[in-house]
Amino acid sequence: MSTQLKPGQGPLEYARRPWIIALFALVLLFLYAPIASLIVFSFNVDKSGVWHGFTFMNYIKAWHNEAIFYALTNSLTIAVLSTVVSTVLGATTALALWRFKFPFRDAYEGFMALPIVVPEICMGISLAMFFSYTGMMAGVRDWVWPFNLINIMFAHIAFCFPFVAVVVRARLQGFNRQLEEASKDLGATELQTFINVLVPFMVPSLVAGGLLAFTLSLDDFVITLFSSGPGSITFPVKIYGMVKRGVDMQINAASTVLIVITLAATLLAMKLQAPDKAGH
Amino acid sequence: MDNWKDFRRVFLTLATPGGLWMLTFFVIPMTFLFVLSFSSKAVVDGEISTTAYDYLNTFQNYSLSIGHDYLVLLWRAIWTSAIATLMCLILAYPLAMAVCFAPPRWRPVLLLLLILPFWINLLIRTYAMYSIFRTTGVVNQAFGLIGMGPYEMLNNTTAVIMGLIYVYLPFMVLPLYSTIEKLDRSYLEASLDLGASQVRTFVSVTWPLTLPGVITGIILVFIPCLGTFLTSDILGGPNNWNIGNAIQNQFLEANNWPFGAALSFILMYATFIALIIRTLFARRSKGVDA
Amino acid sequence: MTEPIISIRNVSKRFAGGVIAVDNISIDILPNEFFALLGPSGCGKTTLLRMISGLETPTEGQIIIGGQDMAFTPPNLRPTNMVFQSYAVFPHMTVEQNVGYGLKVTGVATPEIKTRVAEALEMVKLSHLAARKPDQMSGGQRQRVALARALVKRPKVLLLDEPLSALDAKLRDDMRMELTRLQETVGITFIIVTHDQDEALSMASRIAVMDKGAVAQIATPAELYEHPSNKFVADFIGKVNLLDASILKQKGKTISCNTQGLGKFNIDTDKTCGATATIAIRPEKLKLSTAEPKGAGLVKVKAKVRDVAYYGDTSHVIADTDSGKELEINVQNDSRTGGSGVERGQKLWVHFNPNDALVLTE
Repeated sequence: MSTQLKPGQGPLEYARRPWIIALFALVLLFLYAPIASLIVFSFNVDKSGVWHGFTFMNYIKAWHNEAIFYALTNSLTIAVLSTVVSTVLGATTALALWRFKFPFRDAYEGFMALPIVVPEICMGISLAMFFSYTGMMAGVRDWVWPFNLINIMFAHIAFCFPFVAVVVRARLQGFNRQLEEASKDLGATELQTFINVLVPFMVPSLVAGGLLAFTLSLDDFVITLFSSGPGSITFPVKIYGMVKRGVDMQINAASTVLIVITLAATLLAMKLQAPDKAGH
Repeated sequence: MDNWKDFRRVFLTLATPGGLWMLTFFVIPMTFLFVLSFSSKAVVDGEISTTAYDYLNTFQNYSLSIGHDYLVLLWRAIWTSAIATLMCLILAYPLAMAVCFAPPRWRPVLLLLLILPFWINLLIRTYAMYSIFRTTGVVNQAFGLIGMGPYEMLNNTTAVIMGLIYVYLPFMVLPLYSTIEKLDRSYLEASLDLGASQVRTFVSVTWPLTLPGVITGIILVFIPCLGTFLTSDILGGPNNWNIGNAIQNQFLEANNWPFGAALSFILMYATFIALIIRTLFARRSKGVDA
Repeated sequence: MTEPIISIRNVSKRFAGGVIAVDNISIDILPNEFFALLGPSGCGKTTLLRMISGLETPTEGQIIIGGQDMAFTPPNLRPTNMVFQSYAVFPHMTVEQNVGYGLKVTGVATPEIKTRVAEALEMVKLSHLAARKPDQMSGGQRQRVALARALVKRPKVLLLDEPLSALDAKLRDDMRMELTRLQETVGITFIIVTHDQDEALSMASRIAVMDKGAVAQIATPAELYEHPSNKFVADFIGKVNLLDASILKQKGKTISCNTQGLGKFNIDTDKTCGATATIAIRPEKLKLSTAEPKGAGLVKVKAKVRDVAYYGDTSHVIADTDSGKELEINVQNDSRTGGSGVERGQKLWVHFNPNDALVLTE
């Protein structure tokens, strides 16, 4: 086997090999074609699956579809409120684990990782049971909006904040404690040091963690399905109901909307994380 | 690291919120579920009640779940997940290599392209798969153009596996990318320099040193696949139900919660076994940490 | 004239973005040499080494190893082996497995592998650590594993990338002697890359000084030090005083010049000078005295001492001439009681023999 290299090409430049480029292109096609098709057909005139003409009808119908609209509003509200609480809980947990030695530390850390590891369906079931047994499921149904969504919010916060904690902790690993010491040396109190030195350092991870929690909450289907009652439908759950009843281009339209919101949030999170790597 | 006793108040302020939340909304519900799995529906006035339970009085739920019908479902979940995981690994490894060894300017873009689908709702992605592979979908239309088909491509196990690969491929790419990226290039260069071919270098150096990342990726894909019910529901149809579907069914339709609880725990034990295997593997292999 | 074992002919390397790392370099390396590529970071020396090993390919040019152009041959097919700067000892293999790796992957029979590995470990004095894993060894030990691993393959050329940079001072001296001894025992060509001139001067038989992708001079250490061919080499190797000079006249090998700071004098040179040139004098060639020195042909000037740095065996004196030129003079502290005898603020005579200086035209 006498394969010669080409001028200027190194033996480790795998990304230039033709078969890798071909594989990459094929996989991208495989990943994006279904989604692209979904978006394209959301503009289709009918639901036959054959392209018959361009229209915004599906979006307009979906917008006027009260049930869909209500579900979307629910999803966004839950996402925003869960994000706020998740970020706080995630940050405090991360700080506790980063800074302190305490008994049962490993167990505490392990518990925090469980929601990431346990299958969603198991968590959903246990929460459904819990809400039902404590009467919360029935109880909150008649509360005024948005409080009737409180079950779902509790559930979302429970599985979102460990993810925020992971993100914040990763950031904290890179913190130079000498900055804290310098602050105290210059006369600041514990609290002042926290606010003026540690928190600004944490901010990028808080934002990234928050956006992560937002997308996780917005997209969640499994846990929400089990912890919601009939009056508190969220967007993905609504879409599931529609899918079970058959293909409908309104589903495509609604899905496209969700995709756009999610991608915007994700790209924003990445943008906010990236400059800081160079900056700090 | 500071000792908690030196900053008692600070520590408690930081550690309790998360701890309490986890206790209330995770540990306690799970315990309830555990108790319920050993319970049965109470008999009230000669009829089986739908809401009251006799607690902790039976193993019947577990014995039912280990019964043939349900073991089949668990087994189906295990082997479809295994195949999907293996396929994800085979696909993701070269992709991760491509991203890591691409010119630095391209790397973030290429990685983003592979990871972006992950951010799109799982339900939407599965539905998208469904739309294009159904009998009136785009793929069959394409076949129609050249006079073939239409083929029934859904409602079989292959469709479920394809769906699983489609949804979980990004989960495999990330840890692989992370590990390969941390791998010191000079190991590969040294191997080539000493006379090993590219294939030999991969087998003897790259693979062993990236094993921890491979294992993480396997876990990140296998566990969700195990508990999936959406993919098998939408793409596989009732003949391809696995344990996830069974659990969902028991809870939402059949309303047999104790049994559903037992099934859930069977699934969780399978998950924990997988995790333990991972820890054992991770301790034995010497490589770059993912 | 012996046939070179490596002949680098008009090799250039351009990276994406227009960066020229290596610019049309030609070097001949002879068998059994201890050759050094020396230069500041970014000069292209490591890129050149990697092109010899096959880990990079040139954009243009030929790299002839043992008579064959191997510029585009993959690294695993070349008769060269490299000791990496980070050593790159495989962490998941024992020392023995590491050293035997290169033989195993090229299909050498197992019994032969065992003997050769034992020999190689003996040569670097690591036989007692054969079953150890690299994470339980020190940096110096890992380097020796890397050496044994490369040498066991009996390459025509051994390439070493900054071999002494990661070691502490004492280990550095030991390793320096070790490498020189090894090269003589094994009898193959060694090529090292380094930015440290002490390393290069003390180990190599010939050095190529590189700057910005091109070769500034190739010569033996002594020649580089006493006969640098341009300002860059004169300044890079050791310390030097550089004086701008305008040439008044040149008669054959003698020129008459007027220097900035040291006045007019005559000096011999092989070069043909234009209107201007640079005069280079090493600090140890300049002498200090309190009284005006007497001697025919000596160049002398008065100066005021600005700073004295004491180094135990020598002192480095910075003095300014009356015309404002800064000179660096090395003084031997050759008396136990007097120190250097030089103090800040002192006014002294600086003098030297003009033939201890050098004329540079570039």
